[in-house]
Amino acid sequence: MSATEPLVDAVLEEVRRQAGASASAVVRAEHASSALTRFADSAIHQNVADERVSVHLSLTVEGGRTASASTTRASDAGSLVAAALAAARLRPQDPSWPGLGEPAPVASSGSWDEATAAASPDDRAAGVRAFVDAAGGLSCAGYVQTSALTAVLGTTAGQLVRGATTSATCDGIARLSGADGVARSMSAFLGDLSFAALGARAAAKARAGVDARPVEPGAYPVVLEPAAVTDLVAALVTGQLNGKAVVDGTSGIRLGSPQFDAAVTLVDDPLGGVGLPFDTEGTPTGRLELVRDGVPVALTTDRRTAAQLGRSSSGHASDGSDTWGPVATSPSLAGGSGGSVDDLVAGLERGLLVSDFWYTRVVDPKRSVWTGLTRNGVWLVEDGRLAAPVSTLRFTQSYLEALAPGAVTAGSDVDPQPQRLTWQAASRVAVPALRLAAWNITGNATG
Amino acid sequence: MVSSPNEMPVAVEPGAFDAAAAAVEAALAAGARYADARLVDRRHEAMTALDGDVRSLSQTTAAGLGVRALVGSSWGFAALGDPSGDADARRTGERATAIARASAAVPGPSMELVAVPPQVGGWSSECLEDPFAVPLSEKGDLLTSVTATMKAAGVAVAEALSQAWDTRTAFVSSEGARIGQHLRETGAGMHCLTVGEGETQRRSYPAFRGQYGTRGWELVRSLDLPGHAERIAAEAQELLTAPLCPSGETTLLLGGEQMSLQIHESVGHAIELDRILGWEAAYAGTSWLDLTRLGSPRFGSELMNITIDPTIPGALGSFGFDDEWTPAHARDAVRHGVWVGVLAGRDSAAVAGLDYAGSVRADGYARLPMVRMTNVGLEPGPHTLEEMIAATDDGVLMEHNRSWSIDDRRLNFQFGCEIGWEIRNGRRGRLLRNPSYTGIGPRFWSSLDMLGGAAPGEWQAWGTPNCGKGQPGQVGHTGHGAAPARFAGVRVGVRG
Repeated sequence: MSATEPLVDAVLEEVRRQAGASASAVVRAEHASSALTRFADSAIHQNVADERVSVHLSLTVEGGRTASASTTRASDAGSLVAAALAAARLRPQDPSWPGLGEPAPVASSGSWDEATAAASPDDRAAGVRAFVDAAGGLSCAGYVQTSALTAVLGTTAGQLVRGATTSATCDGIARLSGADGVARSMSAFLGDLSFAALGARAAAKARAGVDARPVEPGAYPVVLEPAAVTDLVAALVTGQLNGKAVVDGTSGIRLGSPQFDAAVTLVDDPLGGVGLPFDTEGTPTGRLELVRDGVPVALTTDRRTAAQLGRSSSGHASDGSDTWGPVATSPSLAGGSGGSVDDLVAGLERGLLVSDFWYTRVVDPKRSVWTGLTRNGVWLVEDGRLAAPVSTLRFTQSYLEALAPGAVTAGSDVDPQPQRLTWQAASRVAVPALRLAAWNITGNATG
Repeated sequence: MVSSPNEMPVAVEPGAFDAAAAAVEAALAAGARYADARLVDRRHEAMTALDGDVRSLSQTTAAGLGVRALVGSSWGFAALGDPSGDADARRTGERATAIARASAAVPGPSMELVAVPPQVGGWSSECLEDPFAVPLSEKGDLLTSVTATMKAAGVAVAEALSQAWDTRTAFVSSEGARIGQHLRETGAGMHCLTVGEGETQRRSYPAFRGQYGTRGWELVRSLDLPGHAERIAAEAQELLTAPLCPSGETTLLLGGEQMSLQIHESVGHAIELDRILGWEAAYAGTSWLDLTRLGSPRFGSELMNITIDPTIPGALGSFGFDDEWTPAHARDAVRHGVWVGVLAGRDSAAVAGLDYAGSVRADGYARLPMVRMTNVGLEPGPHTLEEMIAATDDGVLMEHNRSWSIDDRRLNFQFGCEIGWEIRNGRRGRLLRNPSYTGIGPRFWSSLDMLGGAAPGEWQAWGTPNCGKGQPGQVGHTGHGAAPARFAGVRVGVRG
């Protein structure tokens, strides 16, 4: 875990040598190892592994001329610093540069599992085999991934922090006569994943989805299974509770107001999920309550947006946060009193049960209006029971309005899902199923 | 300058082939029946400006080795960042073979790669002005000045971006191929946001994420960003109070930039052979196209002629060789509205019983080459945009994408655009805000009744620098020739 620490020391020393004592720098060295075994038609068709050491430098000179550089040529500190320094000196001064943070300790070293870090291609193939075998002859597709990341970050202000994290994911579908069923799970520990249970669940959903028919567009009460709920949470953390979106005026969040149903409590918990104990500026991360009992109470910030909003950084800087803003990496939506998915369905007089969403895109950022499609199964619910499978539907819906007071019943079981719909490949979303009062169906895939 | 055919690019160091060859040898020695290796050195530079200041400047070097190995009909791929010598390269080759052996524990059907005669040579893209040689101060001045102009015009947020990539690849295969390729890609764009009561409006130029190509900085100069900053700022302001795009069925006119995304999403992805075969079923999705009907199903009207053409000079999806080193060549995908061709790789083509490949690309050294769009574009038509407007009694013209969504079989799409205009009695009328439209792919393309490209500059090869696909995720660079077009009876004004 300490193999990358000399790289940080070397770059910081090179910064002092080339740029002088007044320069400010954040240096991060990472050793990343990731492997992913992909299957389709119940056979492994792509199987990859990638190992790299990389060094990332953000260098600021003259109190506001900043440039960043990164390289996989980790041993060449001199070239890395020279490139960043040349770029920084040519840049105009940025009057809103927030400066470096003071040294601060991290709360833990991260979520690390040696067995996950050491997982072999045979281990992943065994996971695929178990998923496929449990599907009872249905055609299966998906992937099993294991990854490990160790990182050291140092700054010229004296911060020096270390962390490590592992993750394991299984995400697969079973297919039958045009119907797909899905099952996903993600953990820091490979041993947490039950591949056979996931395969069996996917197959059961596929079998229940055969002979799907369209329904008429309109507003339907819905029960969203956890895979679908991840999309709502991803939209909230990227477009609404993101400090940059608030600064830019594109967020519709109203801090301190009862904007959501009281069943909505959302926290970011990187140390309880999959992640490092610090962000890319070296700010320690920790549990952050974003929405409490329906009331938005905090935003995710990095040092820049925190300064603009007059608060301290919440520890959500990333390599992309200058562009996309600081975003929660391990959001968790609290479970409620709604019971199981079956219990939530039992409370629907007439509506839809939705397994998953696909290709959702924002139509109106401020109202959080999104359009997208259902995927991997929809069912018409009548009198609290599944009446018939439904074919793929298009929706156009304000997520803020869908979660409004009086509209939400949260299921009791919180399910850890891989986050698929943002650029953050390694993040995890823990969510329950939700029953929502209305969801605006605007079309179907046949016309 | 473009190199002569088969000329090894001077930018690719001869020593790079040694590591690739060592990796291939090691993979074979470990039991692979086929192996190839790419040693890739890729630089990327991105600068952004916000409201008159440079906001970010990043430079990335990603150098490393990626090795594919085939054991039986099972693949393995291993990548290593910055291998320090032959020992690292050999270790990566052996690892690729070990992974392929593990794949064989859950095997697919037997398969032989489609034959491609091994070549020794190379290719370089055209670059008149090296983007990495343009002073950062000049780039910063350009981006800050256009954002300052938009900000001064009263917008809430003004942003601009430039990017450049320099990719040098040495490829060696166990079949005897030894190929060097040097690609330089450049692009830039700008946009602004205005914020009104409960909503935001956006205007972009030249496209909603910029314009990109396999060209040098001359591409950015040709865009004339300063000449358009005031206009898009004014339009973004005007949109705040413009009437809503009406809801209903009408005649739809699309500008060339929006057409490029329409082609990308509803045609380009639908003709990817890996999707058609079900290899992407769990993530990117499948396709409504049935391989058994290749050559017969109607995709669109007679005006619809789509080509797969990585040879278009300067287009973002252009290359001399794809990433399993099939030489670039043009092919029809849709001719007179009939589906006739696919984007294929050597393995997917073999499984499908086809005899051509050439559309496999990888996002850097660390990613597995997979079926991707190259330049998938619509050939120009016989009309002009002005002729289309003059021929329309009642319709809406939309331009510049704002949102896009399409189902996993590439049938049902819904697009939002930044700006619309009412078309009445053959004339462009009022500005319309929040224009959107929806449809079903083949039904929509069959309603194509006028196609532009007859006027100078109407047909362009638009670049898409952020096409996502694959697990782990890969970002692809694709090109799309497109011109304004008219469609009859389209549902517009979809509300949430």
